[in-house]
Amino acid sequence: MFEAIVIGASAGGLKALTSVLGALPSEFPLPIIIVQHLHPHSDSYLAHILDTKCQLKVKQADEKESIVAGIVYVAPPNYHLLVEEDRTFSLTCEEPVKFARPSVDVLFETAIYAYRNKLIGIILTGANNDGSQGVTKIKKMGGYVIVQAPTTAEADAMPQAAIAATQVDEILPINQIGPYLLQLINQSKNRANF
Amino acid sequence: MLNIPYIDEILYANLESKIYLGRIFIRAKIKMDELETQNIELQLLLQAIYLKYGYDFRNYAKASIKRRILHRLIKEKFSNISAMQHKLLYEVSFFERLLLDMSINVTEMFRDPSFYLALKKKVVPELKKYPFLKIWHAGCSTGEEVYSMAIILKEEGLYDRTQIYATDMNELALKKAKNGIFDISRLKQYTANYQKAGGLESFSDYYVADDKQVIMDKSLKKNILFSDHNLATDGVFGEMNLIMCRNVLIYFNRELQNRVFKLFFDSLCTDGFLCIGSKESIRFSESSDAFEDVVKNEKIYRRLGAATN
Repeated sequence: MFEAIVIGASAGGLKALTSVLGALPSEFPLPIIIVQHLHPHSDSYLAHILDTKCQLKVKQADEKESIVAGIVYVAPPNYHLLVEEDRTFSLTCEEPVKFARPSVDVLFETAIYAYRNKLIGIILTGANNDGSQGVTKIKKMGGYVIVQAPTTAEADAMPQAAIAATQVDEILPINQIGPYLLQLINQSKNRANF
Repeated sequence: MLNIPYIDEILYANLESKIYLGRIFIRAKIKMDELETQNIELQLLLQAIYLKYGYDFRNYAKASIKRRILHRLIKEKFSNISAMQHKLLYEVSFFERLLLDMSINVTEMFRDPSFYLALKKKVVPELKKYPFLKIWHAGCSTGEEVYSMAIILKEEGLYDRTQIYATDMNELALKKAKNGIFDISRLKQYTANYQKAGGLESFSDYYVADDKQVIMDKSLKKNILFSDHNLATDGVFGEMNLIMCRNVLIYFNRELQNRVFKLFFDSLCTDGFLCIGSKESIRFSESSDAFEDVVKNEKIYRRLGAATN
């Protein structure tokens, strides 16, 4: 059974995230942790907008906060967001990775230590290759990877890079990712019950 | 009478059960995956650093420290952390490289300008009431934010009655801070930050520049004492009116954060100010009740009267 979802998005991400999260019900059984590349001096507007547009509660991730199922966490601008093994968040001001802070790779790599093979990684639209190392490591650990179909992405470089980096599990049009997640999680729940 | 063979038998049975239990134990341990093994190695490495060199990273937030150690591991092509530990124990120069990886020195002049604006509005008027001021900038890194503070104090007419103690655990960073020479590539951003922070003069009044570097004005350094101090292992700095420690605590685990907040409490005078990073908070620490909010969003606190713990 899966225990957490991590999502990376860059250029065009707001629309894509709204589409994915909008398809999920308020009693969704997993935490969702998001890195969306933003201007370093933007404030917390991303969490606010997403919160108004989906049924799940969306908030900015706080330092040392415990990760709870059914909540969507967004990395604050200009900080890396890391997951500790006790499933709490850390923030750091370390150097940008691939010009990005927050970095998708940093979130994914540290989430693997906390969730092992029970992690789903999703790469959405973006104009760089952040996240490709992260999905490679998720696959290596036995987790699950979904990538937005590049043809449906506002910027296709980030999904393309992820697909090129590893054998991903699913490549889906943006409007199908949310419904697919629900299906995937129900299936794995049923399998665990029998 | 003693039945020797009987005792032997018991001994033998005992020994056998021990071996048997040992085997079960070993089998259980073998199941431990690579990540768990790596965590043991990491713990041993941090212990080795502490025992050999006295730097204590054992209570740093783990995810970030692990990332940085693995970064060095890949860069120098070690097969595992244990191999790295060997080199670390026998080559000081290797430890020095690792130490640089482990101390984050990301900073800028007037970082988070809105913080400095709040400082001027809400804290400076209070500081003006004191005839003499002591300020401790803990974890000052390469000094950009110490010079920012010095500029504000100067513009508010407080600099000449202030002693600033600027400390860091990283000697190289401290040396750079003391020199007050910075790369020119970030000057544009610093100037913009200074203006957003409510600077009263022209930022160019505070430095001379050539085509490569910016040299901060000597008069800003006059009342700054740079010195070595490690928040994880060192003690109190006495009777401060204000302590600045921004974006340092995020690298620590809860336990170390509690230690440092207590250290700050003990180092502040009653009504002294504590300024931490905008994503840090004292509210979940053991010292929460000992501080009141001054500017909530900017994480400016004030020490209350008596000690609570």
